[in-house]
Amino acid sequence: MTSSGADTNFSNEQMLGFYRDMLRIRRVEEQLGKDSLAGNLPGAVHLYIGQEAVGVGICSQLRDDDWIASNHRGHGHFLAKGGDTKLLVAEVYGRKTGICRGHGGSMHVADFSKGIIGANGIVGAGISITTGAAWAAQLDGNGAVGVAFFGDGAANQGVLCEALNVSTLWKLPVIFVCENNGFSEFSPYSTVTSGSIADRAKPYGAAHETIDGNDLIEVWQCAARAIRRARDGKGPTLIEARTYRHSGHVVGEHTFLSGTYRSEEEVEQKKAGDPIPAFAKRILEAGQASQADLDRIDAEITAEVAEAVAFAEESPYPDPADQGAGYMFA
Amino acid sequence: MAKKRMIQAINETLDSEMAKDPKIVLFGEDVEISLFGDTVGLKDKHGAHRVRNMPISETVMSGMAVGAAAAGYKVVCHMMFGNFMYTGFDSIANQASKLRYMTAGQISLPIVYMSVFGGGRSAAAQHSDAMHPMFMNLGGIKVALPATPADAAGLLRASIHDPNPVVFLQAAGRGGESGEVPDGEVIFELGKAATVHDGDDVTMVAIGAMVRPALRAAKRLAEDGIGVDLIDPRTMVPLDTEAILSSVRRTGRLVVVDEARDLCSAASHVAAVCADQCFEALKAPIKRVTVPDLAMPYSPPLEKALLPNEGSISATVRDLLGKPAGVEA
Repeated sequence: MTSSGADTNFSNEQMLGFYRDMLRIRRVEEQLGKDSLAGNLPGAVHLYIGQEAVGVGICSQLRDDDWIASNHRGHGHFLAKGGDTKLLVAEVYGRKTGICRGHGGSMHVADFSKGIIGANGIVGAGISITTGAAWAAQLDGNGAVGVAFFGDGAANQGVLCEALNVSTLWKLPVIFVCENNGFSEFSPYSTVTSGSIADRAKPYGAAHETIDGNDLIEVWQCAARAIRRARDGKGPTLIEARTYRHSGHVVGEHTFLSGTYRSEEEVEQKKAGDPIPAFAKRILEAGQASQADLDRIDAEITAEVAEAVAFAEESPYPDPADQGAGYMFA
Repeated sequence: MAKKRMIQAINETLDSEMAKDPKIVLFGEDVEISLFGDTVGLKDKHGAHRVRNMPISETVMSGMAVGAAAAGYKVVCHMMFGNFMYTGFDSIANQASKLRYMTAGQISLPIVYMSVFGGGRSAAAQHSDAMHPMFMNLGGIKVALPATPADAAGLLRASIHDPNPVVFLQAAGRGGESGEVPDGEVIFELGKAATVHDGDDVTMVAIGAMVRPALRAAKRLAEDGIGVDLIDPRTMVPLDTEAILSSVRRTGRLVVVDEARDLCSAASHVAAVCADQCFEALKAPIKRVTVPDLAMPYSPPLEKALLPNEGSISATVRDLLGKPAGVEA
């Protein structure tokens, strides 16, 4: 089923908030992509560019005590759930001031104080962890939910079926969000995936929706239904949000891949569906803000990113004499 | 003191801890009816929401333990047979053992992954591994191996209290064995070894289920005037290296008995630590009594021949001391 476009009226302020949150992710990712290509980052970086409407559309209606888990492409989810830009950038830079003090890096940014269980380097790992956090929320009876973000690649891990089974059986307050961006690393969807991902919920009797993941309002409305279902004790929802990965699997992949797995034409054509300009157009056409308002937000975000980069660059690396042994065991 | 079976000691410990702390939850394969008897009756006492059967889905199960622990619960995840932990290994090896470190100590993960392990019951290779060395190498997981009902009670209570992930491995087929368990809430510090037999000629470290045949051998050898200082490390992570080293410095000899396959066994680690740290005290080569690098067979005579036993342990000690059986000590 697809969303029915329930009549949701957002205030001008809310609309600009969504725009700001998406743009923050975009500008941070552009910066980190540039830094990575320039060789300024220690590890691999997987960009979320093109998928911002999914993370923002969902996380913008979560509470601090709701849990999210993410994947290797996790900067966007971290920021959308309220993670700090400076702490994120410093972490990716490998600095002592990073959110994980340089022990996790790009693929592992987490802030438990904000319900961000974290990005994860193991494809599909967040699915089971979120299911467990949702069980805890159910035991607490506080109405909190868990949201697992993963890609179409992770949908092919058996753990999704295991999690759909047990979460439906136990009526766990969990939402599985598959951001179908068209690629499992370097393999196009059709070469590694059969059928539709949302359909995988059917045999378990779990709620499921397929939506346009580039349309923030559609994402928001679908998430609102799923969150309501979860908070009401009616169990899980599997959301397949169709989107597109503008960047490669990993920044700099052209330097080591022997060939290509998608055409320039395809990328250009898909980029036309970019969620951010589409959302800007929507705001302007509805008269909810002026171009000057949007430009001002862009300038503010650009300054925020510059400040985060300066913070990271000025921060020391962790001291090799202190290997964080105290972090192994509590 | 009271005589109790190992499963009874485990059951009573889970019961008393769950009664005290509503944040403890127990879930896993058939924990309601309880295949081994260690979790029987707990659902009725503590409620269906805290004692839950899981589908046979080890991958999601081990990860749910991580998520529930991250969200504030003390989780006991019963994975039935240790070999099934291989199926659910990702969340143990990549998540439970690493998330605290990777997030610079933002969280602690109080999880007890429990199962039976080891051979001796014709369960064949896929139900009989001794996988504790693999867990030892993960780094962020404590590894508890109770040898007796008292160990089981004391180590399980400490494991539940511990803020870190612990793999608690009870010897398969030993659940029905009886032993004296101290009265009250017995608790054994993780990382503290027990000396279960005193002697001056050779130090013997026996791990988990191997303590029993090692103790029998020590008693028999004592009759022949050979003094075995038998140490039960109780946990391999953390390992009480001081207890082992100080004994070896006194006896000058070391035999390590381990149910793991020889290659990268826990015995190999104990041997390496002693070779490194008290080489000058050694009067003889360090000997390991382990399982050959074979899969555990089904047929009883085949299986029996592979597992360390009183005979093979005694023979190793006698060879080391140059005192073969039947010769006056």
